[in-house]
Amino acid sequence: MIPAIVVFIYLGVVLYIGIFAFRKAKSKREAEDYFLASRSLGPFVFLFSLFGTNMTAFAILGSSGHAFSNGIVTFGLMASSSGLVIPLTIFLVGTRVWALGKKYGFMTPVQMFRDRWECNHIGTVIFVVQAVLLVPYVIIGIMGGGTTLNAISGGWVPYWFGGAIVALVVMGYVFFGGMRGTAWVNTFQTILFLLFGTIAIVVIGVGMGGFGNAAEAMLNSPALAPLLTRERISPYYFFSYTFIPLSAIAFPHILIFCLTAEKMAHFKKTVIFYPLCILAIWLPCVFLGVMANRVGDVPEIRAKQEARRVLATQGKTMAPEQRDDLRDKAAGDDVILHLLKRYAPFWLAGLLGAGIMAAVMASDSQILALSTMFTEDVFAHYGGKARFGESVQVQTGRIFVVILTLFAYGVALRAPETIFELAIQYAFSGFAALSPLLIAALFWKGSTKWGALASTLWVAAAVVAVAVFQQVVPAPAPGPPVAYWSLGGTEIISRTPGGTAVFQFMPVVPMVIISALLMIVVSKLTNKPSARTVSKYFDFLRA
Amino acid sequence: MTKKLLVVVVAILYILHQDIWFWRTAHPLVFGFVPIGLFYQACFSVAAAFVMWLLVKYAWPSHLEREVEQGPAKEDRTT
Repeated sequence: MIPAIVVFIYLGVVLYIGIFAFRKAKSKREAEDYFLASRSLGPFVFLFSLFGTNMTAFAILGSSGHAFSNGIVTFGLMASSSGLVIPLTIFLVGTRVWALGKKYGFMTPVQMFRDRWECNHIGTVIFVVQAVLLVPYVIIGIMGGGTTLNAISGGWVPYWFGGAIVALVVMGYVFFGGMRGTAWVNTFQTILFLLFGTIAIVVIGVGMGGFGNAAEAMLNSPALAPLLTRERISPYYFFSYTFIPLSAIAFPHILIFCLTAEKMAHFKKTVIFYPLCILAIWLPCVFLGVMANRVGDVPEIRAKQEARRVLATQGKTMAPEQRDDLRDKAAGDDVILHLLKRYAPFWLAGLLGAGIMAAVMASDSQILALSTMFTEDVFAHYGGKARFGESVQVQTGRIFVVILTLFAYGVALRAPETIFELAIQYAFSGFAALSPLLIAALFWKGSTKWGALASTLWVAAAVVAVAVFQQVVPAPAPGPPVAYWSLGGTEIISRTPGGTAVFQFMPVVPMVIISALLMIVVSKLTNKPSARTVSKYFDFLRA
Repeated sequence: MTKKLLVVVVAILYILHQDIWFWRTAHPLVFGFVPIGLFYQACFSVAAAFVMWLLVKYAWPSHLEREVEQGPAKEDRTT
């Protein structure tokens, strides 16, 4: 009850920051102010809000849950690879998109693609694919809010009410505060999570009697020792995962965020400190997730370990539905919440819960990005802005925020969470495979709209194909992958306990490579944009 | 020359991420509780921050900032 009250107070503070604390007088360019904070964010807010934007419920709760089941490999898979690839893409792509946005007034990636490749409806196709891949994030954010409030309050706040509160708070500050409100809320939330994450690891470590004892005990247990190494994960899978962070710069909400910096120099701190921020947040989450395996007096954690044991020993003889049921029971997404309940005092558990809520509520940026994309790429592009004016465009964006949030809440109440967790997995691969569009637009004069269309359609088809494959072919029991299609003794497509493998790699590898090849081959075969457009971009970018 | 060197540094860092040499061992436990594989990847993150600093210092696209400061050309969009 006390932790839930602390979280409610926190939500009130967030709402205040988003709506009231950073309202700005009406500027002449109303849409640019609402959707991009007038491209005026300073270095401090830019760093923390960009990082906070990328730090979703999936990243925080999912990382500790993944580490609980898979061990220390989670950090190398998801965090340290991101610490290299994401700042590198911000350095190479983000700065150039910022400069083009400042120079030519772009507010969305699709606006830039339409201008760069002199296309119209192909831009709309890219918009649709981006939007479809992004919506599950908004839904999972609301689901995460409901689940977290329910867990923190010990069931006192029902799931539907927790989800509604989170949806209302996020909708409130996005509706009124736009990008400025969202950026400041994200900054506040990131600092909160960095601060309380550190406190959490100390409190839980002391409560467990020190991590040294726990680590030694795990090493002496045949069942738990592999969690302190990476022997259960294939090097092919580990390598494949380095392709996933390519998705970050292709996410519309991240790219749109790159347009909000006041000066390009503000990117410098973001690029340098991004790996360290990832280290500061992910290392405690992963480490706590692994160490949760040594907690013997929390019934919920013991139940998860028992489900994992049964799955490992009897999974091969079970029906696929039984295996899926056990996988759900063994999932560790809420282990951090259980550790907090067990080891942190009530008031601290509330503050730490608020820190977790901060991560869960990162869906604000996606809601605003979808609103920006809809009003710029559809409403304004098809004549709405010219006909009704900029004020109506901003009001349309606000109405879109309300409709989208209500839709997401409605879906969150009815659909099982696992569906959207899976959708997010596909979305990461999908956005990673869309990254060749950005690279081609910014670095290759010879790229064409038909190359962009071919890549986009491939990405959409591949995401659907992987999703259908995993629905049709049930996941096997823990152990080696099961070959689905082999040729001459070589496994081409396999079903793994956690997904799909193509030539032993994750699907994201062939998706990115084929997307890039399609961009190259189709562009070579089709007409380039006019010399004037090519020169407009490359004279500027290479000046 | 500097930019080519930086490309090589980034490529080496990417290869160093695939640390197969600590794949099957947890020993030594650094500070008495951090498995060596996890410690290596944490150090990798620090190294990544250092390489990003090198990129910012020696390969920053400052010409773009100068171009933008010359004045906006927002009317030049074709769509």
